[in-house]
Amino acid sequence: MDAPPGTVIRRHGLGTRIWHWINAVAIFVLLGSGLGISNAHPRLYWGVYGANFDAAWMELPRFPAWITIPSSYNLALSRRWHLFFALVLGFCLLAYMVWSLVDRHFARDLRLRRRELTPRHLWADVRAHLDFRFHDPARPRDYNVFQKLSYIGVLFVALPLAILTGIALSPGMNAAWPWVLDLLGGRQSARSVHFLCATAIAAFTVVHLVLVILAGAGNELRSMLTGRWRVPPDGRVDAAADPLVAGEPR
Amino acid sequence: MIRRRQLLGGGIAGGAGLLLGGCDRAVQSALPRKILFAGETMQMGLQRALMDRDALAPEYRPEQRSPIFRANGTRDPGTPEYAALRDGRFADWRLTVGGLVARPLSLSLTDLGQLPQRAQITRHDCVEGWSAIGKWQGPRLGDVLRAAGLRDAARYVVFTCADRYGGAPYYESIDLVDAFHPQTILAWALNDRFLPVANGAPCRLRVERQLGYKHAKYLMRVDAVASLDGIGKGQGGYWEDNVDYDWYAGI
Repeated sequence: MDAPPGTVIRRHGLGTRIWHWINAVAIFVLLGSGLGISNAHPRLYWGVYGANFDAAWMELPRFPAWITIPSSYNLALSRRWHLFFALVLGFCLLAYMVWSLVDRHFARDLRLRRRELTPRHLWADVRAHLDFRFHDPARPRDYNVFQKLSYIGVLFVALPLAILTGIALSPGMNAAWPWVLDLLGGRQSARSVHFLCATAIAAFTVVHLVLVILAGAGNELRSMLTGRWRVPPDGRVDAAADPLVAGEPR
Repeated sequence: MIRRRQLLGGGIAGGAGLLLGGCDRAVQSALPRKILFAGETMQMGLQRALMDRDALAPEYRPEQRSPIFRANGTRDPGTPEYAALRDGRFADWRLTVGGLVARPLSLSLTDLGQLPQRAQITRHDCVEGWSAIGKWQGPRLGDVLRAAGLRDAARYVVFTCADRYGGAPYYESIDLVDAFHPQTILAWALNDRFLPVANGAPCRLRVERQLGYKHAKYLMRVDAVASLDGIGKGQGGYWEDNVDYDWYAGI
């Protein structure tokens, strides 16, 4: 056992912590402003073109003002927010990926092992989740398999695809990099996929927040701020030991 | 335990609400607004760095055109002057090319048709999110500007239109990179017919690497200028002046 219950270990590296918080702000602004932009033309199409006379595969609801940025319909300002934070998201993700490859964070913490993908292991991990046990007591520092799969999904699929489909929406970038449009099957398909990626990222964020609360918000939050994380007893969350309730760990 | 979770959940939702409200307030103060609006300069700088000066917007096959090409913005300028031009089938319409040029021009629809033509099937992307594909034809703006002889001081080209917004003519502007781009044309035909009134008859700008609102319709004047200051409210276009749209609409 590399870290017995109750001990405090270094959980998240500096690069991960900095990126996490910048990214959290960027995702928050991009989702809010994206919903504002969606309200300008809440119809999604497949293919290269699509406007009011063409068949939409999805008619989106009008998103209420309280979840859009700005909180009244203003396409120009929604775009300003979205296009600024798109750059923040894209370049920070790039920097984080380079950093995490160099310091082997991805190789160490996100690499899936064959034994984790057996049905037996997956089923055991489902049961552990239902029992609010999120950590293997033998290796408390390791992410569980669903954690790894969702981080891999969001880091290497949803976020890059959201960025690529965003690039495909730019008529300027269409001239610069026409292969992006070809890859995605046209601008309106790219716009649909962009929306689906945003939905996946929003769903990830909700599940992520719920699990942070269930796993002990104080301990988890501190580990993403200072890097220090207290190992829960037997992998099970000990509410009484959570710093939000109990103050600093003994 | 459960209560604490509910409190935390409520705290997150409440915090998100405060943050959303904070975003609204932020753009009302000068510095955050300036930082946010610098996104346009960064996007333009990046895009211009990544694309060749003459990189072409994608062109499409005839069968890829939209069955109906959606018209947007002004669908009919509705002024007596425009109605008179339209009733005369634009025989009396002239496009004035002036400003910082050596030889000001006054071009009729026939003149535009006699210049070397470019036809292109391109995608029109509205800032709202929809796209329509159509075939456009007309002379290159670059050829017209060369014929007029651009002066050295010229940096932008300003387009003044027959339709009025808020009491003044709609206007737009582009820089010389886009003005001399091979696909930037003064289009007088859509899908092999004269432009319909709803699409900007008799002549509209096509500037294919930018969004729809840059493609000024109902053109009346084309002026080369050294600066956008003092034109309208100085931001380079009606939407830019009045509702914070980006002047560079490449995304």
